[in-house]
Amino acid sequence: MTTLARGLSPVREELENGVVLLAQQTSAAPAVTIHARILAGCLHEPARPGLAYLTAKLLDRGTALRPADRMAVELEDRGVALKVRASRHAISLTATCLAEDLPQIVTIVADVLRAPSFPAEQLHRRRGELITGLRQDDDNPFLRAGDALVRLLYGADHPYGRPLKGTVASLSRIERQELVDYHARRFRPSTVTLAIVGDVAPADAAALVEREFGSWQADAPDEAAMPGPPAPPTRQMAHLSMPGKAQADIAYGFTSVSRLDPRYYAYWMMNIILGEFGLGGRLAANIRERQGMAYYACSSLDAALGEGALIVRAGVDPRNVERALAAIDAEVGALGRWGPTTDELEETRQFLIGSVPRFFETNQGIAAFLQSAEYFGLGLDYDRRLPHLLEAVTRADVAAAAGEVLRPDAAAVVVAGPAEAAS
Amino acid sequence: MCPLEAAVNTSFRRAVLDNGLTVLVQEVVSAPLVSVWCWYRVGSRDEVPGMTGASHWVEHMNFKGTERIPRDQMKGLIERLGGMWNGYTWIDQTAYLETAGRDALDHLLFVEAQRMASGLYDPTECEAERTVIISELQGGENDPDQVLDTEVTATAFRAHPYRHPTIGWLDDLQAMTRDDLYEHYRRFYIPNNAALVVVGDVEADDVLRRVERHFGAIPPGPPPRRVSCAEPRQLGERRVLVERPGTAAYLKVVYHAPAVTDADFFPLLVLDAVLTGAKGLSLWSSFRGALPQRRSRVYRELVERGLASSISGALLPTIDPFLYTLSLTPTDGVTLEVLESEAFAVLEKLRTDGVEAAEVQRAQRQLRARLVFESDSVTNIAHQLGYFETVAGPGFYRQLRDRIDRVTPDQVWDVARRRLASDYRTVGWFRPEAFAR
Repeated sequence: MTTLARGLSPVREELENGVVLLAQQTSAAPAVTIHARILAGCLHEPARPGLAYLTAKLLDRGTALRPADRMAVELEDRGVALKVRASRHAISLTATCLAEDLPQIVTIVADVLRAPSFPAEQLHRRRGELITGLRQDDDNPFLRAGDALVRLLYGADHPYGRPLKGTVASLSRIERQELVDYHARRFRPSTVTLAIVGDVAPADAAALVEREFGSWQADAPDEAAMPGPPAPPTRQMAHLSMPGKAQADIAYGFTSVSRLDPRYYAYWMMNIILGEFGLGGRLAANIRERQGMAYYACSSLDAALGEGALIVRAGVDPRNVERALAAIDAEVGALGRWGPTTDELEETRQFLIGSVPRFFETNQGIAAFLQSAEYFGLGLDYDRRLPHLLEAVTRADVAAAAGEVLRPDAAAVVVAGPAEAAS
Repeated sequence: MCPLEAAVNTSFRRAVLDNGLTVLVQEVVSAPLVSVWCWYRVGSRDEVPGMTGASHWVEHMNFKGTERIPRDQMKGLIERLGGMWNGYTWIDQTAYLETAGRDALDHLLFVEAQRMASGLYDPTECEAERTVIISELQGGENDPDQVLDTEVTATAFRAHPYRHPTIGWLDDLQAMTRDDLYEHYRRFYIPNNAALVVVGDVEADDVLRRVERHFGAIPPGPPPRRVSCAEPRQLGERRVLVERPGTAAYLKVVYHAPAVTDADFFPLLVLDAVLTGAKGLSLWSSFRGALPQRRSRVYRELVERGLASSISGALLPTIDPFLYTLSLTPTDGVTLEVLESEAFAVLEKLRTDGVEAAEVQRAQRQLRARLVFESDSVTNIAHQLGYFETVAGPGFYRQLRDRIDRVTPDQVWDVARRRLASDYRTVGWFRPEAFAR
């Protein structure tokens, strides 16, 4: 019986062509999760918003060997569905299968990554679905406020500021050949990392990966440079009027630090204190618990390759927008000015260190952790080093991080909701 | 091989304390964690007019302080142990959970015992939570799909309390008092109306001793009478049209579904997998992630022909007959009229010609795989044990695979003919006002 009582024990193998495998055996269920990550996200697409997203949608819709129908049969007869998603930095493919089906599923995953055929009729269908999806998003105040906020923070040309899903206009213009070219340029052995986690011995997983990916030959592509964020702004406000909505959604934020920045751990703890601990840190304690104004009030930190955003979110009665913004300003300003209390710092530290075993409750969780550790070069023993990294953070570190970023006079603010909220 | 048995490995124990508390313990040693779930047999179906939303509001209040856990420490107590916590209220049941390192077990049991017997229900806190819940309701109203779902459900049921939404109607949320909530809490939060589930890297005898220590002294109460009535047989199609500002149209078609313990439930579950792909049977984990639906009939006929941009089906295990729901989104440029008539054509073809054995076998394989996928962690296993104990009774969870395997193509055809008749359906349209005539 495999147990994770002493943490992870992942095996890392790199094929000669550069494909990386991260394998971890677990025993909770006779199932295996495959998580492939390809460096082909928004960051890597040419000036064609939505190209990475459309590529992801079409990736498992037919290959040279397997027309879409046949692929669906081979997967679905085994109860498997591939999930392919584009993000700012990568396209990821995840699938969970019974352990006994793993060899066939690895074969299909390799086919999908190496030889998608982007059939014209599939492009036509999927493009139509995505455009309908964009229209649905247009009616969602939460999404619209978030999109508008990153545009304010980064500008429409930055990979963090432009719309991941593209626009109706940009999607409509993408030609099939652009997908073929994008795949050929970005899907190379050196851009692919596979995590295979579950009821399979790492050596068996490695043999499968060697069999299916070993013959793949292509040079490493040129890497795109991550542009920095624009100069720190003064306070910016935007209102999006959405008639008929019952609630107004607020998005309020700043650019922060890269995941690779040494200050990252202090920023992480600072954000937990501001808007994650319990129901949503100081923000929820004020806006939800003391004032009863919102069902959700919280913050998130998206430190990534570039200087990702720290974003405060709250959904409030349209009549309470000003009160809620005042409360956000007050909490952001107070943490920025005075830093956390010693108690807050210690409970946050206990929470994060105590949470590490929980990151590994599911195969998907382990696979995501291993992928992130590989991407940021954190090492195979990162789960064991992480508690020490968190132990080392001082109150002064967190106060400094808060002082750098939490400045209400530099926040970008978007309110999406009915007319009275936008007035 | 029986994957489900392998998944819920080693020892399982079921015990009932003298005060009536049912305790389920499953040892799963794959990670140094423990998950504790406390289930109460109370949900929105136990609410009478004027009190809708009480169960959900009570759930919120049960995070707001007890005699021995001050309000400001209730949230944060579990985090300091590195744990996660949550709770949910639905039509048949209310559940609370914590998952943390195995050494935290005593703390988790202490929290649940306090929650069962010693909630404070401070009047000021009840008032503050009123507006939080109204905000939660308004957030849902921002979503046209949810608005349509509420309207369709309320139209499909005339008598059964499944007709009102779990969150309640706005007027009731504005009118209910602290004493209403406290009375609801005291009536249902008693050990003989609860099931406590502990799954993880624990030893069953040790768990039972600890549970006895934390819960043994809580007195039982009179068994609560649950609101129940049979929904009268529907005699004709019902329709609801919602026209509001929006950017996209939505279509829902619902039919009256069997209770989980009804002989029709599993044939309909297989039918749903044939129509829209297998989802599995976990409200907690099954509906996340990608589903195998590209070979399903509705997907092939509607999505692959460019009529719908997305489709889904939902059959949920419930105590009383609830609904089988088909949700469809027309592709840009396709009208609701056309999508509806094409959807009905898919259903009618199946009702007329039956299903192929190969489709049923695929559906069964998919459902068996999902039983394994949804038991991949201590939290998810504990959910399934508690859920089926509460809505279907002891031992039912262990029979899921067998019940799926026993379904025949004839049973699937039969259930389609009887249950997907037009007389029993309710059709809901959300038409964005900009497109309305």
